[in-house]
Amino acid sequence: MAAPKKAAASTSQDKSDGGSPPEFTREQELKALRDMLLIRRFEEKAGQLYGMGAIGGFCHLYIGQEAVVVGMQMALKEGDQVITGYRDHGHMLATGMDANGVMAELTGRRGGYSKGKGGSMHMFSKEKHFYGGHGIVGAQVSLGTGLAFANHYRGNGNVSVTYFGDGAANQGQVYESFNMAELWKLPVIYVIENNRYAMGTSVSRASAQQDFSKRGVSFNIPGKQVDGMDVRAVKAAGEEAAAWCRAGKGPYILEMQTYRYRGHSMSDPAKYRTREEVEKVRHDQDPIEQVRNRLLAAKVSEQDLKAIDAEVRDIVNASADFAQHDPEPDAAELWTDVYR
Amino acid sequence: MPIQVLMPALSPTMEKGNLAKWLKKEGETIKSGDVIAEIETDKATMEVEATDEGTLGKILIPEGTADVAVNTPIATILADGESAADLAKAPAPAKQEKAAESAPPAAAKAEVPQPKAAPSAPQAVAEPDPEVPAGTEMVTQTIREALRDAMAEEMRRDPDVFVMGEEVAEYQGAYKVTQGLLQEFGARRVIDTPITEHGFAGVGVGAAMTGLKPIVEFMTFNFAMQAIDQIINSAAKTLYMSGGQMGCSIVFRGPNGAAARVAAQHSQDYSAWYSHIPGLKVIAPYSAADAKGLLKAAIRDPNPVIFLENEVLYGHTGEVPKLDDYVIPIGKARIVRSGSHVTIISWSNGMTYALKAADELAKDGIEAEVIDLRTLRPMDTETIINSVKKTGRAVTVEEGWAQSGVGAEIAARIMENAFDYLDAPVARVAGKDVPMPYAANLEKLALPSAAEVVEAAKAVCYR
Repeated sequence: MAAPKKAAASTSQDKSDGGSPPEFTREQELKALRDMLLIRRFEEKAGQLYGMGAIGGFCHLYIGQEAVVVGMQMALKEGDQVITGYRDHGHMLATGMDANGVMAELTGRRGGYSKGKGGSMHMFSKEKHFYGGHGIVGAQVSLGTGLAFANHYRGNGNVSVTYFGDGAANQGQVYESFNMAELWKLPVIYVIENNRYAMGTSVSRASAQQDFSKRGVSFNIPGKQVDGMDVRAVKAAGEEAAAWCRAGKGPYILEMQTYRYRGHSMSDPAKYRTREEVEKVRHDQDPIEQVRNRLLAAKVSEQDLKAIDAEVRDIVNASADFAQHDPEPDAAELWTDVYR
Repeated sequence: MPIQVLMPALSPTMEKGNLAKWLKKEGETIKSGDVIAEIETDKATMEVEATDEGTLGKILIPEGTADVAVNTPIATILADGESAADLAKAPAPAKQEKAAESAPPAAAKAEVPQPKAAPSAPQAVAEPDPEVPAGTEMVTQTIREALRDAMAEEMRRDPDVFVMGEEVAEYQGAYKVTQGLLQEFGARRVIDTPITEHGFAGVGVGAAMTGLKPIVEFMTFNFAMQAIDQIINSAAKTLYMSGGQMGCSIVFRGPNGAAARVAAQHSQDYSAWYSHIPGLKVIAPYSAADAKGLLKAAIRDPNPVIFLENEVLYGHTGEVPKLDDYVIPIGKARIVRSGSHVTIISWSNGMTYALKAADELAKDGIEAEVIDLRTLRPMDTETIINSVKKTGRAVTVEEGWAQSGVGAEIAARIMENAFDYLDAPVARVAGKDVPMPYAANLEKLALPSAAEVVEAAKAVCYR
């Protein structure tokens, strides 16, 4: 079977935008750069620690997709909830969770967000409104719809941002959730992070409808395809979707067209795509380089950018240090938190 | 100081691999993320990406080298401003942080006393039932009404409690358990869902994670199989996996067990299924008073609770004390009938067979002590053991299958805690090991009966 052509943005239901997204102020560009760099350097370090055997089990890196969570976070307000699947380190850092706590959870130490009992795929922060970190593909979609149900029940004006991938988009409970969300007009933004591969299966080999912005059509949920490599486009789309939800109009779907540079998990030999494909995205579309180049063009000095690099590296190195020296959980923790 | 690149592991079990190819040469500039080498094992090939920037200073392991141990330095990277002369400053491999999967970093190891064995589990202590003051008016109610009153009282008490499920609102409940709730509380709090168990169970759990207290009704627990992933993976495990940060106060309730003449897909007992899961509490009441008092406790409980009702029992009546707040603690069994010759342990509709059998046995001079477990998890082992120490004999009665069943668990606990008191092996009366048949005669044969309980009790009494 010939691989169908990648859906063009013009097939999106929402045809309102044509040109480039609204410009960022210098402060916004610098913030986006810093937050995306933090995720990238953190993930690189996590990959390194995994290679050293300090992180066990599964470890799914977010490298390449940084603009999605950073742009979305810039569109949110205090109290909006975030929930995602197992590729969750970037989401946690974007919500402002502490790098030490995330890294220490990866190494299974007591200072981790889940006291070392959750690991890479299962972390939470009530304070930052981050509801996990879920290991069952698609389960977070119903849960995120439930977060929106709670917002609706309480009438608090908050929005649930429910992230899932192109793979999870084929799970049945996604559509059960779409139906209820539209039926009850729940304030939920479904952010489909289309990184083109569900583990080793490309979108064209798994999805009958490859334009994920249309996955809500039969429920009358509006959708939009977004350049998920451009943090400005992500923020603009996120603001539009959030406004829709806050106006009581129900859910909104954003298909973020993005790409993961690394394998599905650390043990992925990546035989399902060519190195050239990865290199091309990296060279042409890298979300961080885009911002860096705009900043340089706007005469921000190399030195200022290096200062950001240094700050981020310090945070990441400190988190790696903490995560390797923090003790493992006390044996008594085996029995805690089963019930409350 | 130059940075060493170490041989990475592809998986937690990898110990060595082959350095297949170098993609960068000494002296080449390297950016973070650049692929610098390829390594392979018998299972996979993988690219080594640089995590640091600089110049490739020296390749320490030439390409084509086989069986390179994980964490061996394979190259050095020179940072900006460093030259080949700085290579000598690279730290010796022995000083590298080394953390093979089985050996955590040395510094951490020293701080963590490694347990030789798991610490022992905390023991649950069950509270007694609340005192019903003498002279309290008793109301005769069906179990259906008792359950409805429990929900209504808790909804009046706490605005965060709501009920959702198929046909719970306008239809007034498929089995009329939610009758009148829509009229009193409105559509905001009594919510008809589409037929979408997996989805609405997840919606309920998500809402509960924010602190709301959903009562999720399944039309029957047979349909909850569609939702069991959300119940177990999301509701039961999140408190633990979040290190105690994020729990889930939610009740999943509905009829469980054999109904009449509906065949295998609609007749199944899930007692054993849910009671297997740490993080869940599981309640299966038999009497109207217990149904009310325990459902109120379940709704208030901060944990996910599975509340197993029984369709056959909905219309049964019982005496319910007329008290403002009749809440029965979860986890306490009740001795329904005292006796000294044999202990019969059951719950929910199994109690029907157990009590009938006790009447029959009394005619033959065998006094059975009948225990209604009421809560399956946490199980009130103490009440069972104290009774068996007195009688020396035990029979379990359940509608579910014997293999890996609740009766099997009870028998194991008796063996562990009262072996020396037993005068006979524990006997199990259970549903036959077949899917539930439709034909009336076969269905009757598939279910336990009072006669089978009598027979089992006599057998353990050697009568």
